[in-house]
Amino acid sequence: MTTAARKAALPAGLTRAQLLELYYWMRLTRSLEEKLVALYRQTKVVGGLFRSLGQEADAVGSAFALDRTKGDILSPLIRNLGSMLVQGATPIEVLRQYMAKADSPTRGRELNIHFNDLARGYLGQISHLGDMVTVMCGVALSFKIRKEPRVGLVYIGDGAMSTGAFHEGINFAAVQRLPLVIVAENNGYAYSTPIHKQTAVKFLVEKAAGYGVAGDQADGNDVLAVYEVTKRAVDRARSGGGVTLVELITYRRKGHAEHDNQGYVPKEEIEAWEARDPIDRYLRQLETSGWASRADLSAIDARVTSEIDAAVAQCENEPFPAPATALDGVLASAPAADLEWYRSL
Amino acid sequence: MTQVTYLEAIRDGLREEMERDDRVFMMGEDIGNYGGAFKVTEGFQARFGAERVIDTPISEVAIVGAAAGAAHMGLRPVCEMQFIDFLSCAYSILTNYVATARYRADLKTPMVVRGPCGGYVRGGPFHSQNPEAAYLHTPGLKIVAPATARDAKGLIKAAIRDDDPVLYFEHKFLYRRIKEDLPDGEDIVTPIGEARLAREGAHLTVVTYSAMVFKALEAAEVLAKEGISLEVLDLRTLLPFDEDAIVASVKKTNRALIVHEDTRTGGIAGEITARINERCFEWLDAPVRRVCAHDVPLPYAPTLEDFVLPQTDDIVKAARWMVAY
Repeated sequence: MTTAARKAALPAGLTRAQLLELYYWMRLTRSLEEKLVALYRQTKVVGGLFRSLGQEADAVGSAFALDRTKGDILSPLIRNLGSMLVQGATPIEVLRQYMAKADSPTRGRELNIHFNDLARGYLGQISHLGDMVTVMCGVALSFKIRKEPRVGLVYIGDGAMSTGAFHEGINFAAVQRLPLVIVAENNGYAYSTPIHKQTAVKFLVEKAAGYGVAGDQADGNDVLAVYEVTKRAVDRARSGGGVTLVELITYRRKGHAEHDNQGYVPKEEIEAWEARDPIDRYLRQLETSGWASRADLSAIDARVTSEIDAAVAQCENEPFPAPATALDGVLASAPAADLEWYRSL
Repeated sequence: MTQVTYLEAIRDGLREEMERDDRVFMMGEDIGNYGGAFKVTEGFQARFGAERVIDTPISEVAIVGAAAGAAHMGLRPVCEMQFIDFLSCAYSILTNYVATARYRADLKTPMVVRGPCGGYVRGGPFHSQNPEAAYLHTPGLKIVAPATARDAKGLIKAAIRDDDPVLYFEHKFLYRRIKEDLPDGEDIVTPIGEARLAREGAHLTVVTYSAMVFKALEAAEVLAKEGISLEVLDLRTLLPFDEDAIVASVKKTNRALIVHEDTRTGGIAGEITARINERCFEWLDAPVRRVCAHDVPLPYAPTLEDFVLPQTDDIVKAARWMVAY
C-alpha cells in the first residue's frame, strides 16, 4: 500500500484531508466517551452517561454532509456527540457539561450534550423526544422566509418516531416544503424496547411515503455511505427539493446509559455488531485503499489523546456553579416581586 | 378617535406590529385565506403574503415548536390557537421546551401564542376553557388576559415586542361586545406585569381579570347603592402578576375578594391569596375569599353553564358577607 499506483480513487467527492478528518471526528467521539466513562466511575460525571459506541459513523458522517460555511444547523440526539463535535462543539465543553461545571455552556443547568450554539450550527435537544423535529421546522422555516440557502438537519430515533411530535413535525415540514433533512437512526433499541415493538414497518424509511417526502437509506456503520446519503438529502433541501427522511441502519452496542447492563439483549447480537465496528471498518478501508498511512492514523490518535487529556486537565478541578446563580435568567428580566422573595430567603 | 371592538383592537395591534417589524409573522389553522375562525386575521394574508401569514396543518405541537425554532433564529412568531382549549395539545412542548429555553440554554424565544378563551357563549367543554392556571405554574412563560379594547391592543403589541414567550388569552365573549374609542395614530403599548385600577373604592378590593372585570364592575354598581364601595383591580397580566398593586389596594381597603372564571381548585386565586397572606395579613379585616367557577368541566346547556360560571350576584353576595364580617 505504499505506491500511488495501488491507491484507490478517492470516494464520495472527498479530499484525502477530509477522509482523515472523518477518522479524526470518529476517534475523538469514541475516545472522549471512553474518558467520560473513567470520569463517571470516579463519580466526577454527576449524572448519567450515554454512549454512542458503534454509532460514531452515523453521527459523524451525517453531520459532515452539512456545510458549515453556509450556516447549516443540526439538532442532535443523545447519541450524536460526534455530530456536535463536527459542528464545532469542543471536548472541554462536553466535559464541563457532564461534570456540571460553572463554566459549562449551560452554566450547570443542563446535562450532557444538551447544549447549543446556533452560530456554530447545533441546537441541543430536550429529553421529550420528537419535539426537536418541530423546533427544527421553525429553524428551517426561518431559512425559507429569509430566502437563505441554509439547511436544517434533525436526528430522530426508532423509538422517538412513535411520538406525536415526530408526526406533526415531519408533516409540517413536508407541507411547507422546508429545507430539512430528518435522519432516522435505526439502532435497534429504544431503552430496552426493540424496534418491532415500536413500529410495524420493517424499515423506518417506509414512513417517508406516507408523508410525501423523499426517503433514502444507508448502512449507518459505513461512514462514507452515511456521508453520501446525507449529502444527497442536504443538496436536495438546499436546492428547494424539500424534506428527505434518511434511515441509517446501525446498532446501539451499549445500554441506554451506563447504568443499564443490557440484560435484555442476546450476547451474540452485540458480538455480531462488534465485528461491524464503524471505526475498525473505516480504518481498514483507509489503509487497504491507500488513502491513509499508518503514520497518518497514529498521528490522529495521538492528537485526539492529547486534546482530551488537556481538556480534562483544564476543567477537572473547576468549581460547580454558585448556588444562588440558580435563580437568574428565567425571563429576560426578573419580576420585582420575585426578586423580593428571593432576597428574603 | 375611532370606535373599535375588542376584536378589532386585537386585529389592529397585530397589523400595526406586522407593519412595524418585518420579523413578525403568523402561524395558525385557517388564519390565512379564511381569516381565522373568529376573523381576527381577516385580510392579513392578502396584505402581508402567505409566507408571513401561514396556514398550518392541525398540529398545535408543530405550530408551537416551529414558532420556537423561528424565534431562536431572530423572527417574532405569533401563533393562533383556534380555541385556547387546544393549547393543551402543545402543553408539553410549551412548558418543557419553550418555557425552559432561556434558563437552560440561553436561547431567546420571543413568541406569542394567542387564542380565544372563556365561556358564557354556550361553547361546551372544549370551546370555553380558561386554562391559565395550567401555565401559571411554569417558570419562563408570561400570561396576559386583557379586558378592555385598549388593553387588547396594548397587550398584543407588548407581547409581540417582549423578549420572552407570552400567552395571550383573548376572551371570546368580549370580542364584539366591548367597544371603545381609541385614539388614531397612538402607539398603544400596555406594559406587561402592570395591573390597572378599573374602579376606585374604599371597602373591598376585587382582584380580577378578563371578562370578570365587567361582572365586578356590575357588582360595584349594585353595592354602591347600599353604601359599599368596591375597588376593582384588573390584573391584565397573570404571569408575572402585579403583586405590588394587589398589596397596595388591600392595604387600603383591608379586604380582598378574588374573582376568576376558571375553576376554583388550583386556580390563580389560591396563589393570590397566598401572596396576600405573605405580604399584608395584618391589614386584613376579613378572610380573603374567592368567586370562581365550580370544579366541573364547563357544560353546554344555558342553565348549566350559567350555574357553573361566576355571576354578578355571586360577587355581590360575597362582598356583602366580607364587609359585614
